[in-house]
Amino acid sequence: MQKSKKIDLEPWQDVKAKPYIHLEGVSKDFSGSPAVDDVTLSIFQGEFFSLLGPSGCGKTTLLRMLAGFEMPSQGKIYIDGVDMTRRPAYDRPVNMMFQSYALFPHMTVEQNISFGLKQERLPKAEIRERVKDVLKLVQMEKYEKRYPHQLSGGQRQRVALARSLVKRPKLLLLDEPLAALDKRLREQTQFELVGIQEKVGITFIMVTHDQEEAMTMSTRLGVMDHGRLRQIGTPNEVYEYPHSEYVADFIGSMNKFEGRVIEDETDHVLVESEEANCELYVSHAGDAPLGSQVKVAIRPEKIMITTIEPEQKRNTTKGIVKDIGYLGDVSIYHVELSSGKIVLATQPNIVRLAERPVTWDDEVYLFWRAENSIVLTT
Amino acid sequence: MKHIWCRAQKSFTSPFWVIAFPYSWLILFFLIPFLIVLKISFSDLKLGLPPYGSLTEWVDGGVLIIKLNLTNYGFIGTDALYLFTYLDSLLIAIIGTVACLCIGYPMAYGIAKATPSLRTVLLMMIILPFWTSFLLRVYAWIGILSPRGFLNTTLMKIGIISTPLPLLNTTFATILGITYCYLPFMILPLFASLEKIDHALVEAAYDLGARPFQAFLRVIWPLSMPGVVAGSMLVFIPAVGEFVIPELLGGSETLMVGKVIWNEFFTNRDWPVASALAVLMLILLITPIAIFQRLQERQMRFLDAE
Repeated sequence: MQKSKKIDLEPWQDVKAKPYIHLEGVSKDFSGSPAVDDVTLSIFQGEFFSLLGPSGCGKTTLLRMLAGFEMPSQGKIYIDGVDMTRRPAYDRPVNMMFQSYALFPHMTVEQNISFGLKQERLPKAEIRERVKDVLKLVQMEKYEKRYPHQLSGGQRQRVALARSLVKRPKLLLLDEPLAALDKRLREQTQFELVGIQEKVGITFIMVTHDQEEAMTMSTRLGVMDHGRLRQIGTPNEVYEYPHSEYVADFIGSMNKFEGRVIEDETDHVLVESEEANCELYVSHAGDAPLGSQVKVAIRPEKIMITTIEPEQKRNTTKGIVKDIGYLGDVSIYHVELSSGKIVLATQPNIVRLAERPVTWDDEVYLFWRAENSIVLTT
Repeated sequence: MKHIWCRAQKSFTSPFWVIAFPYSWLILFFLIPFLIVLKISFSDLKLGLPPYGSLTEWVDGGVLIIKLNLTNYGFIGTDALYLFTYLDSLLIAIIGTVACLCIGYPMAYGIAKATPSLRTVLLMMIILPFWTSFLLRVYAWIGILSPRGFLNTTLMKIGIISTPLPLLNTTFATILGITYCYLPFMILPLFASLEKIDHALVEAAYDLGARPFQAFLRVIWPLSMPGVVAGSMLVFIPAVGEFVIPELLGGSETLMVGKVIWNEFFTNRDWPVASALAVLMLILLITPIAIFQRLQERQMRFLDAE
């Protein structure tokens, strides 16, 4: 699901663009240990931004600071140019969709959704109108008189979304919005959520530990680890060009070969690796000084397998197929090199399982194109 | 035989047994004594032991006459004193319950919000007074409230008052005593229901623009209703029939049903009238409570379903 319209705009590429949400050096200490550590981040209007990381990485704390449930120990939070750092939650133009949904059990769907509007003391007719509209948006018109316990998990999720959207906030925060749904429903809801976001045009920030979710739904994502933002970028950038080993490992799987830089030119880097048993040629140079120890990383789906020796000598190695994981659409080959290193290579199952050319204990060649590998120094 | 035993054993945890025990307890210690009191309330006053007549009489061998003496109830109706006693008892119990609620709610809320370790200590402090005799604790209030008691002497020393305030032997003292003695019964069920409220619900209310007080009014208070009802019942019901507290702190000024029943039993030795008073009190209490419970149950069903 590429959001072509927004990708084209790419406000983060524009130096003059004014960020809609801006965090500046935000930190949060919990009894001495930092949960969020010096995070600076700019998010633009209409973005769907994901904070991705394992549990305990500080992503939820960051979200709660944006909502106003936690106050930063240091730093500033600006929303639409206004300093919100010390504003309490009830005074912020921000709404949150809770992981547990936090629907009020003693209120009907309609009462839950109108809660925030009644708080604003809007006229009854307008409340009615807006509740109706938002129920239509999440396709829950028929359920307005039900109590939360009379709804399924998916329906509750919709009500929670409707309740946070109905106030038309400047920023909507989503805390693991799909975690409580089963896999099939989750995939379907991912698309719906993005569709709704585009329709209402509200800036979304979502917290998730599910990289697939973050990749499919967001315009940009930020990978967090130990309270720090390790990398910010579009799903494509973060996947193809991870800045660090941590990000490379966290998103998708990655084969890594240790080696020493023997050539460092502007257009390429050459790495000598015993582990890979060949010379590794990377066609886009990073910052890799001559003689330094680095890791060259390559995604499993970028590696090709063949039984015939390929013409290219660099980025080519040899091994024995130890295991094949059959996933239906693709198969994952575990190939052991002479160094003992296991390399993962994914191949689409173009032919049926019984007819494929490579099988267990075959000696195979692995090779990849120079532009598909990257050099990791950290 | 073995087969039957096995079945009995298996079913020992079945709903039947689970219910059977509390029900037999209630039948033995509540229903039967109540039926005895009901019987006495319909009998004649008699000098002797027991001080009331039998309801049944055999005449001419074969005819059983059951005689229900309704004059005891009639007597209560003729004397306005009894009506006022009932109303006073209800009023005092209501004020006491409301006072317990007003004091107990913030305390229970504070305990529910405290860290787990502090919470244990605070709960212990609520339960601790139970380790002292109830009677002693009420006596202690005499020491505090009497004209030369702690409160009056302190106030006079500071110079706020020049003559002792008449605190003891007043309705105020009775209400104070009831509030003090029954406060834990209010706090514990309130704590239990407040503690169960998911904090995310309160945060959701803030998030939707509710200030702390509005969040309390629209989310916390309605969700704590089961605790409010349970606590109020636990305070109100025994407070209506309270005898010790009005006797020791209320003096002759307060007439509560408990005290009047005691007087009828022991001073006037009129067991039938005393029993009739007790039966009337029960009916008076049970009807509104039953209706209230039914209404609450209907409203609270969704909370249990969560």
